[in-house]
Amino acid sequence: MKVTIKVNGSQVAAEVADRTLLVHFLREVANLTATNIGCDSTSCGACTVLLDGRSVKSCTVLAAQADGSEVTTVEGLADGAGEMHPVQAAFHAEHGLQCGFCTPGMVMAAVSLLAENPSPTEEEVRSALEGNLCRCTGYHNIVRAVLAAAPALRERRPA
Amino acid sequence: MIPAQFTYKRAFSVDEALDLAAQDGDDAKFLAGGHSLLPLMKLRLAVPEVLIDIGRLHELRYVREEDGHIAVGALTSHDELSRSGLLASELPLLAHAAGQVGDPQVRHRGTIGGSLAHADPAADLPAVVLALDATLVARGPSGSREIPVAGFFQSLFETVLEPGELLTEIRIPKPETPARWAFQKFTKRAIDYAIVGVAVQGGSVALVNMGQTPVRAAAVEQALAEGAGPRDAAAHAAEGTSPSADINADRGYREHLARVLVRRALEESQARG
Repeated sequence: MKVTIKVNGSQVAAEVADRTLLVHFLREVANLTATNIGCDSTSCGACTVLLDGRSVKSCTVLAAQADGSEVTTVEGLADGAGEMHPVQAAFHAEHGLQCGFCTPGMVMAAVSLLAENPSPTEEEVRSALEGNLCRCTGYHNIVRAVLAAAPALRERRPA
Repeated sequence: MIPAQFTYKRAFSVDEALDLAAQDGDDAKFLAGGHSLLPLMKLRLAVPEVLIDIGRLHELRYVREEDGHIAVGALTSHDELSRSGLLASELPLLAHAAGQVGDPQVRHRGTIGGSLAHADPAADLPAVVLALDATLVARGPSGSREIPVAGFFQSLFETVLEPGELLTEIRIPKPETPARWAFQKFTKRAIDYAIVGVAVQGGSVALVNMGQTPVRAAAVEQALAEGAGPRDAAAHAAEGTSPSADINADRGYREHLARVLVRRALEESQARG
């Protein structure tokens, strides 16, 4: 079927098999390979992207379900002039990654959390990241990064 | 890992969904958020030939007060339930439990109707809705019917819904004492299905994952009605249940968890109300 999705601001249209998953559409049709496939079973969160502004696991959404929607991947966060998004900058500053495989999903889950709750407590950050696994177990720095990103994001988008 | 081949169809109204379902009969499944169905399809545990996407039926996304009950549209997401101000005041049990399903990503996509129609006894909301004595509304080719939740779940992944029949609304009577609720579940990891769970509303107690369907803990309810305290009532939690044994727990361990979690839930609900 014909699927058209606005990915990081650009319309991407393609004829795909009905069973195509959103993550495969992003990686193989839109050629955006930052979104990783980890467990393939809605557990690990490596494939987390924003679908119409809210975090989803793109291994468990059909491309057809996202037809006509807007998707943001980690490639779409930076402003294009080389300036990182505050969540990306905070992951860098706080060393919120080790091997980096979970990072795109972690960053997108954090962006979704901070959109819903601009001033989370540490406990709320840990709870909101329950759907994202880091097999390096580098959780402490990831949580620090999200907490550090919160004020930076609030400044950027005053309430 | 991708599902076996199927034909994708999209409905824009309940009538259109019913028409599409009538064309394909047994071969078709409705697709709401897809967070129960798509994982099963990847594992070939479900192999429908046709998926009818009802995800855009915005007419089925609502939480509203009607005469004496709360009406919840079947397509309302777990996330929307957890943030509903009306549920927070009238049905805090449902608002809280919906916020405990899976993880944020799952709650953004998963729906209450999908969870009930899927009828996984390890899922949280079937037991919650059972404890709340809900009435389920289904629409089919020959019209609409109301199904008391006590007769809805038949077996593992089986309900009384006929092929081509669509769950559209969950009607929940307003509890006399909304504050007397509790929800407890025991999981290995935060995002896992409950090994055992319990939902309490007033004197009603329902169990997650203690059989092929969600079940009411009838012996506990009877003990409560006769004036037993949480500890004595909870001792009856495993009576009449038939929990499965799996990699997470054997039957005896599930029975033990049921007694412990029911006691905690009863203490919690009584402390609230």
